[in-house]
Amino acid sequence: MNDMKTFDIEKVRADFPIFAREVHGRPLIYLDSGASAQKPTVVLDAVQKAYAETYANVHRGVHYLSQTSTELYEASRETIRAHMNAASIDEVIFTKNATESINLVAYSYGAANLKEGDEIILSTLEHHSNIVPWQLIAEKTGAVVKAVPIDEHGEFMLDAYLEMLGPRTKIVAVTHISNAIGTIVPVREVIDAAHDAGAVVLIDGSQAVPHMKIDMQALGADFYVFTGHKVFGPTGIGVLYGKAALLDKMPPFLGGGDMINRVTFEKTTFAKGHSKFEAGTPPIVQAIGLGTAIDYVNAIGFDKIAAHEQMLLAYATEQLSQINSLRIIGQAKHKAAIISFTLDDVHPHDIGTIVDRAGVAIRVGHHCAQPLMDHFDVAATARASFALYNNRADVDALVASIRDVQEIFG
Amino acid sequence: MFDDLRELYQEVILDHSKHPRNFRHPEDANHEAHGYNPLCGDTVNVYLKMGHNGLIEDAAFEGKGCAISLASASMMTEIIKGKTETQAKTIFDGFQKLVKGEDDNFDAGEDTERLMVLAGVKQFPMRVKCATLAWHAMSSAMDGAEETSTE
Repeated sequence: MNDMKTFDIEKVRADFPIFAREVHGRPLIYLDSGASAQKPTVVLDAVQKAYAETYANVHRGVHYLSQTSTELYEASRETIRAHMNAASIDEVIFTKNATESINLVAYSYGAANLKEGDEIILSTLEHHSNIVPWQLIAEKTGAVVKAVPIDEHGEFMLDAYLEMLGPRTKIVAVTHISNAIGTIVPVREVIDAAHDAGAVVLIDGSQAVPHMKIDMQALGADFYVFTGHKVFGPTGIGVLYGKAALLDKMPPFLGGGDMINRVTFEKTTFAKGHSKFEAGTPPIVQAIGLGTAIDYVNAIGFDKIAAHEQMLLAYATEQLSQINSLRIIGQAKHKAAIISFTLDDVHPHDIGTIVDRAGVAIRVGHHCAQPLMDHFDVAATARASFALYNNRADVDALVASIRDVQEIFG
Repeated sequence: MFDDLRELYQEVILDHSKHPRNFRHPEDANHEAHGYNPLCGDTVNVYLKMGHNGLIEDAAFEGKGCAISLASASMMTEIIKGKTETQAKTIFDGFQKLVKGEDDNFDAGEDTERLMVLAGVKQFPMRVKCATLAWHAMSSAMDGAEETSTE
């Protein structure tokens, strides 16, 4: 490694055992990390070890393994706190996934603070997981859901957003990066303006955390959510960051064990800090695996990851643009390495089936972002999403497999 | 290129998907149903004109979908025209088994050969719903249901 801004891509690829396998007799070309990322050996080992060597329930027993398990689980929370630059571990809540994190905020903060006529502002870029919980809570409270428009490039329209903010705005919930088209939303400006209007802000960071360093102190978000499996961790683990001042006033979301202070049939008092929101036995091993995954990406370094992915984005955009009938959906100025595209009249499902036979895994469909698809007047797109383990050969394989599609469809 | 892809996307299927037959909304249709696949967002409307004699006098469709779903819908409208409700449903049952790979001795009488071109779907389990969407809608239309979903 002679360039400070690069890392040894072959070495990184060797960290992920799945790349040793073939699909339909071809090497695996995995371009679906936006849906879920592959796992490095260190994470698999951490999971294996947590079950094989240190497993017991957390926060319960006085016995040795329970203590060890608790220490590892809480060490993972500290890893994530440090990574996000949260002020305290009480601001880092483990959930099942980003969807549960958003639902927690909607049902706990939203139900307690929204009244009839209050406004919840989302954006057209949102994943269904950052739309539906708000619609459900709006129905219960009489609040109204509004969506910030995007322009023809897929750019978040900041001016329109500023006009939408007002005294009725109580919650702003927007994605950091669009899962379907890669647009990076200027979340710092979004948050500052919302705060000026007296609203709290939730940022869906599911697509951002694998690609960039996030800093809660610099960002100022009230809530920030992400899922573990997209950042090379296990499934079944998500994170909710919330400012302590807000979390302290929020009622519990789920009730059960581990989130209480004292239970009687007359009255139950609740635990403080993150514990109030972690009812029942948590995803212990998954949390440990996520901590390991965060350590893994930090060891490579986000400046290098970002540089590598931006190189891939530029190369893939250039190569795909040379295919005549291909239209890239979403050409925002600041994009993550996610490329959505259509191919003349060929339906994305047919594209997906044909490229799969060449070992190329891409996502096809509406990407759980139907309002966004409606905006571009398409029912579905094909999407290639890149991660730190992809290389230029992956782009070349994608392009070659799209030529197969063209050959079949003439 | 792989043989199973060639079998799936053979000429007849590509022709039907690019030039779907009976792609229209007949004004005198007396049965119709909407089919929807929530996984991919594909939609199809199937329109039937059932005669007093119990025969399907006209069958047509409109919708958005992949090559497999459009071709299957197009071929279906051609095949069920002139059939009775029972005959159409029997063909649907056999066709479902064919594309799921559950029937190696598919027999739909005179329509066997035409439907066999979709047999390649059985190599692609994720695409079975594409091939059967319009058929489910057709069945719902005959039953008087207005909506059908693959889920």
